[in-house]
Amino acid sequence: MSTVFQEDEILGRTYDARLIRRLLGYIRPYRTTTAMAIVLLLVASLTDLVGPSLYRVAIDRYIVPGARGGAVAADLRGVGGVAAVYLFVLGIGFATRWLQTYLMQFVGQRAMYDLRMHIFEHIQRLPMAFFSRTPVGRLVTRITNDVDALNELITSGVVAIFGDIATLVGIVGVMLWMDWRLALVVFTVLPFVFWVTDRFRIRAREAYRAARTRLARINAYLNEQIMGMSVVQLFTQERRSLRRFEQLNDEYLAASLDATRNFSQFYPAIQVLGTLAVALLLWYGGGQVVQRAVTLGVLIAALQYADRFFEPIRDISDKFNILQAAMASSERIFRLIDEPVTLQDPPAPVTLPRVQGQIEFRDVWFAYEEDEGWVLRGVSFAIEPGQRVAVVGHTGAGKTSIINLLMRFYDPQRGQVLIDGVDVRQVRQQELRRHVGLVLQDVFLFSGTVERNIRLGDHDITEEQIRQAARYVGAARFIDGLPDGYRTEVQERGTRLSVGQKQLIAFARAIAHNPEVVLVLDEATSSVDAETERLIQGAMANVLRGRTSIIIAHRLSTIQHADRIIVLHKGRIAEQGTHQELLARGDIYAKLYLLQYKDQEGAGQLAADPLGGPHGSS
Amino acid sequence: MLSQRFWSYIRRHRRSYLWGYAAVLASILMAQLSPWALKLAIDGIRQGVGGITLLGFAAALVVLALIEAAFNYAMRLAILGAALEIEAELRRDYFAHLQRMHLGFFHGARTGDLMARAVNDIRAVQRFAGIGLMRSCHTTVMLVVSVAFMLAIDVRLTLWTMTILPLVTILFIALGREIHQRFDRVQEQFSTLSARAQENFSGIRVVKAFAQEEAETAEFRAENEKVVTTNLLLARIQGALWPAIGLILGVASVVLLWQGGTDVIRGRITLGQMVQFSYYLARLSFPMIALGWVTNLWQQGRASMDRLDEIFDRRPQITDPPDPVVLEPVSGRIEFRDVTFAYDGAPVLHDITLTIPAGSTVAIVGPTGSGKSTLVHLIPRLFDTTEGQVLVDGHDVRRVSLGSLRRSIGIVPQETFLFSDTLAENIALGADHGNGADLRAIAEVAAISRIAQDVEEFPRKYDTVVGERGVTLSGGQKQRTAIARALLRDPKILILDDALSSVDASTEREILAGLRRTRAARTSILISHRISTIQDADLIVVLSDGRIVQQGTHTSLLARGGLYADLYEKQLLREALEAEDPSLS
Repeated sequence: MSTVFQEDEILGRTYDARLIRRLLGYIRPYRTTTAMAIVLLLVASLTDLVGPSLYRVAIDRYIVPGARGGAVAADLRGVGGVAAVYLFVLGIGFATRWLQTYLMQFVGQRAMYDLRMHIFEHIQRLPMAFFSRTPVGRLVTRITNDVDALNELITSGVVAIFGDIATLVGIVGVMLWMDWRLALVVFTVLPFVFWVTDRFRIRAREAYRAARTRLARINAYLNEQIMGMSVVQLFTQERRSLRRFEQLNDEYLAASLDATRNFSQFYPAIQVLGTLAVALLLWYGGGQVVQRAVTLGVLIAALQYADRFFEPIRDISDKFNILQAAMASSERIFRLIDEPVTLQDPPAPVTLPRVQGQIEFRDVWFAYEEDEGWVLRGVSFAIEPGQRVAVVGHTGAGKTSIINLLMRFYDPQRGQVLIDGVDVRQVRQQELRRHVGLVLQDVFLFSGTVERNIRLGDHDITEEQIRQAARYVGAARFIDGLPDGYRTEVQERGTRLSVGQKQLIAFARAIAHNPEVVLVLDEATSSVDAETERLIQGAMANVLRGRTSIIIAHRLSTIQHADRIIVLHKGRIAEQGTHQELLARGDIYAKLYLLQYKDQEGAGQLAADPLGGPHGSS
Repeated sequence: MLSQRFWSYIRRHRRSYLWGYAAVLASILMAQLSPWALKLAIDGIRQGVGGITLLGFAAALVVLALIEAAFNYAMRLAILGAALEIEAELRRDYFAHLQRMHLGFFHGARTGDLMARAVNDIRAVQRFAGIGLMRSCHTTVMLVVSVAFMLAIDVRLTLWTMTILPLVTILFIALGREIHQRFDRVQEQFSTLSARAQENFSGIRVVKAFAQEEAETAEFRAENEKVVTTNLLLARIQGALWPAIGLILGVASVVLLWQGGTDVIRGRITLGQMVQFSYYLARLSFPMIALGWVTNLWQQGRASMDRLDEIFDRRPQITDPPDPVVLEPVSGRIEFRDVTFAYDGAPVLHDITLTIPAGSTVAIVGPTGSGKSTLVHLIPRLFDTTEGQVLVDGHDVRRVSLGSLRRSIGIVPQETFLFSDTLAENIALGADHGNGADLRAIAEVAAISRIAQDVEEFPRKYDTVVGERGVTLSGGQKQRTAIARALLRDPKILILDDALSSVDASTEREILAGLRRTRAARTSILISHRISTIQDADLIVVLSDGRIVQQGTHTSLLARGGLYADLYEKQLLREALEAEDPSLS
């Protein structure tokens, strides 16, 4: 959790050409629509410019007669006519703007859809190692909030910038056309506007950065303090923590006050410059009117244009924030998309239409991280089709890694893992996993019905097959007893299942997918009642029947019924044999037996798991 | 309505708000005077006034703008600044409140949720307290002042435009409801999509194991498609809102041109007045829009303040008694009297009665889940007993001042928690008065806990930052750091809750020897799975299913047989296994 807040410290530059180019790539498929939207926007911006000019026409021709080039007498009907034209233009403006907004939303939504699919599909391909080091919350944030920040950029930012530019260019054009001298008077303040804007932009960027960094620091600290609250309380350090928090809080306050001051100066400053332009216009233009060089209508229209001229400039501060947030988000998104898929399917995969179930480990050396110690050190063994093998070992012996390698969740550093004599790296991952089923003790249920949890996304599995599978593992009885049977919703929104019931569903899931090889990770879990325990043992026996299987065993019964037991110790195979043979040897297995399994002798009693017992070894 | 608590924060800053509101009034008055100056100028121009007069009007405009800008700046600074200060105060109070909450509260709340309130909700409240309150005042004043000026020009023209402008607000309310509903649907679909993604990422192991990537992608695609659909449904009417507002304001402008123009021609008003009027009209447009915006901010602020109040209204359950006993000096005698403890209704400890004499060393053993940690958590009052009493030096811990109780206890919890700070700071956490610990004291306890040698190998020694952004410590190093932390406070009662589990056997021996040397005047409670840790204890207590099943010394318990002897045997087996080297077999 804390890492989420730390990573969000990445602030991004205001403008990064490389990022922008990649983002634009997502708009490319919709370029026709985008072009249409931009054309509509230009039309809409033009209709905005019409107002002052119509005022000019009305004033010069009909309201103030006798002005240069105007009509000779006041004309009420003329004024009405101009008003009607104005109304018509407004109607066009309304229609084009509405359509434009919708089209741009369309483009934004489609582009975000593509981006989300891109992220999701990429995440599906990432190796398990990635998930073990990345918090789920961070991934969810990328695909939701960060993508949304980009949507804002496309729908508000990019388009608004086009609109603003169109408005600015339009005003400049119209003013120059109306009277170039008046236009030049207005433009004299522009250098000051640029200067103020530039100064504001630089300071805003710094203030924004400072505030964001400090806020991230507060959040990281708060997060850590919440998680370590009992330590703080036990060591009576509340006051000291609070002081530190206050300090961070004050630093953030100072930064945000700074940013606010900057913003608060900018708006009025642009306003003053705008008024300065108007005042100059009034002075110079007024003189021109008096001297009959310019009509009153032109002056009034110029005054109105001058007023509107500074609006888009003033608004850039808002767009600036959008841009800033979008850059930071896109940097985080692209970093995720660029995460390499280290575990790839081979370019020319071997197909495995039918698997016999012969499994071999050939001198396998494996470590989860290069710089961590070896988990498996030169492990070799072979399992014949249909054999049932139990893997036992003390904590940290490397039992789980056997499963991780066989499922190809990870690749070994040295050696080979073969199935039917084919290296698992030669097969497409999905194909391999269709042949190798995995039953985890810690059952993960998806939201949805019982049926969906057995079938998962495999629509080739018929309803009858689901029922058969449930019957086969003895889950049918409790499922039939649920309010809606197989259609009962489980997880948050539905019925809560017990640990034992979840395990039965996991077995049914494995049976329904009918793999040739089954791996069972039978770790210690919280206790289930004797009846359920009996059901689970029966289900396990049925699942394993006739299949090549490897069981990371916790239950004595499954070990005893195995054809062979492999004893792992410190990453090596220490012993192999049947239960009786190994017990007779009186070596590691015998000790393990006394330590972990002996208590289960007798009436299906579950291990009380004395002194911690074997937890999920890595 | 917003809660009392919200207004109490505002009240604390009422001077800023009053000053800000005064500035609002002043800046609007100034702003509305300039169209009048413009009117005088235009009417003057029509009558052919001279350049000097025009310069005067121009200068007046600039002066008015400067004064307005100054007040505008003052307004923003006062109100937005106060809101930022309120945000900081709120965040500080939130943090301080969390610090007072009991451990059970944190077990019931998700960290992510507590964080979300601190990050998003406090921000939303700030936005209402700042922009929201500033805009609502600004809008109202602007409305009143503008209408007053407009009425002064011409009543009929004002009535004309005033029939049109309220359409903006009506439109806002009418479309607003529909927009709100569609927006809710977007949000709903959005959280469905998040939930879908969250589920996929959490269950990625199953997804991959059953080769469900494509099926999962298809499902995500379907939900993603619905996100697009709902959003476009929203865009269809939301996209109409702003253009419609623009249209209405435009129509008002048309009416002004038409009616105002007629009035000028008929001589009822001057051209200058018509221009002046057009400025007021333009300046009313933003307040009309802001009205809807403020409503939005208010709704968000209220919802967020409610969420914050939910936390603020939770009362800490473990607090100082009204008239607390201060333990000074502490001898360290601990007594459990018929203690029963249930957590969330599930019984954890039953009828525990146990006396630990001052200065003695007691070991607690038992299977996982037998209640060992819970038992020691009752001493520093991480939890309070359901029934019975825990006494330190003869005082019920619930009668003792929490600070003095906890200051007399040094505890090393099972799960070591180090802060991402320097090693020195992490150890100094144990010091009585915060940053008072000097390096010599730290080095001393680090030597006893055997972390000192490791620290010497770090380039920055005790200034090394630990955690994600610094050095990653091994489990054993973390535990030894935590022991140093507990020792630094030189506690009368030292509790090691399975605190040596990741430390190798020989280092453990050294640490225990070091502790024994200093242990004389200290009551020590050790929870351990290792017999080597506990066999020298004065008393060994064996727990099973929340009850004391055996008590005695190592030799007496071994002689008696039973659970302890069983545990001992397994321990020997485990050690034998760990010593086994498979390469030899």
